[in-house]
Amino acid sequence: MKSTLLLGTRKGMIAYSFQNNQWQVENISFDGIPVSIAYADPRNGTWWACQDHGHWGVKLQRSKDRGKTWDEVTAPAYPEGEEVKDGMKATTRYMWSMAHGGNNYSSRLWIGTDPGGLFMSEDEGNSFQLVQSLWQHPTRKEGWFGGGRDLPGIHSIVVDPRNENHIHIGISCAGVFETTDGGKNWNLRNKGLRADFLPDPYAEIGHDPHIVVAAPNNPDVLWQQNHCGIFRTTDGGMTWEDVSQPEGPARFGFAVTVADDNPDQAWVAPADSDVIRTAIRHSLVICRTDDGGKTWKELRNGLPQENCFDIVYRHALVSSGDAVVFGTTTGNLFFSRDRGDTWEVISNYLPMIYSIQFAD
Amino acid sequence: MPVVKFTYALKRFFPKLKDTSVSGKTLSAVLAEMEASYPGVLRYILDDQRCLRQHVNIFIDGTMIKDRANLSDPFEENSEIYIMQALSGG
Repeated sequence: MKSTLLLGTRKGMIAYSFQNNQWQVENISFDGIPVSIAYADPRNGTWWACQDHGHWGVKLQRSKDRGKTWDEVTAPAYPEGEEVKDGMKATTRYMWSMAHGGNNYSSRLWIGTDPGGLFMSEDEGNSFQLVQSLWQHPTRKEGWFGGGRDLPGIHSIVVDPRNENHIHIGISCAGVFETTDGGKNWNLRNKGLRADFLPDPYAEIGHDPHIVVAAPNNPDVLWQQNHCGIFRTTDGGMTWEDVSQPEGPARFGFAVTVADDNPDQAWVAPADSDVIRTAIRHSLVICRTDDGGKTWKELRNGLPQENCFDIVYRHALVSSGDAVVFGTTTGNLFFSRDRGDTWEVISNYLPMIYSIQFAD
Repeated sequence: MPVVKFTYALKRFFPKLKDTSVSGKTLSAVLAEMEASYPGVLRYILDDQRCLRQHVNIFIDGTMIKDRANLSDPFEENSEIYIMQALSGG
């Protein structure tokens, strides 16, 4: 298990470190400021905070000393004249995902935004440029729309560690796109998905993958918690298969994480349907599959089983070795040492939790 | 000369902000002067398309500006220009 947890929350960024067999707060930064994504770059230990000020807009902060000091760098900005739709100026409304470019591109970083622009930095984050090839994709203006947020947003950036020009991204709502040439060309990878909210549920575009993740030890296996179920691919996204439980609970939700050492083992955080969006029957459950989604186990030991309204946002369920951690919309933070069989509380008094990452 | 005054909320991020006399003849020119005096402050007030942010207000002599996109509202030689945070957006 990695020994640091970074949290992006509604009221700041919080870092925990694992000491004396428990999680202890190491750093709190940006009191009161929403942090949509807290990100540690594993290549160099740099911490990033994607901020969403209520008044002053999005800001990007960088720390090279584990949060002791921060430098503000220029957040991704759309070139003048770019439009979300005809007549609507494109401006960075939210930073919703962040990923490093891989060990062969040591200065490269990616950031996904609402309203749908992907940005790349080639200078360690000092400046970001809009990836025009995706922004100009012929499906965008007519086929992308809001989901989770009012306008389309990129919440998932999955860089293949075997070939760092091979990247999948997830967009709500549009679906999954793949590039094999570092972002010059993009192909839709939505075959097998089902969008029950569309007139044609099997349309090429308009899907709502809430989050897309790859199995660390076999990146051809990708999982997504979709608005319409849990889907898995074993061929790099060419075809997706619905692995949800038809009657739940493993069906609707926002988050999914895959075991480091097993592409068939994954966890989801079920929620009660898209019209309710609370813990199912007011009791909190994490579901785990050990067989690629054929069967799911309900993991409840140590989680509140009555009067509970918590759900888990898309970036707030993570695993590392035998450890699993998740944070909820009502500020509860839970930790399992045994892959979810038993849970303990790290804190019950946090702000709404947007993102969690295990880091060194 | 017109004077620009700032909400205290911005002073968290720009501690040196103070009432500042300006020579600009348009609001855009005035904000450019503010950026020169307090580097970075413009991006807190305007978005990346140089429109006034949704939850920021500018008042000229007590009246909220109307043109949030092009910042064309006029002011006088002795006007007070207040940059305020809206009560929404928190």
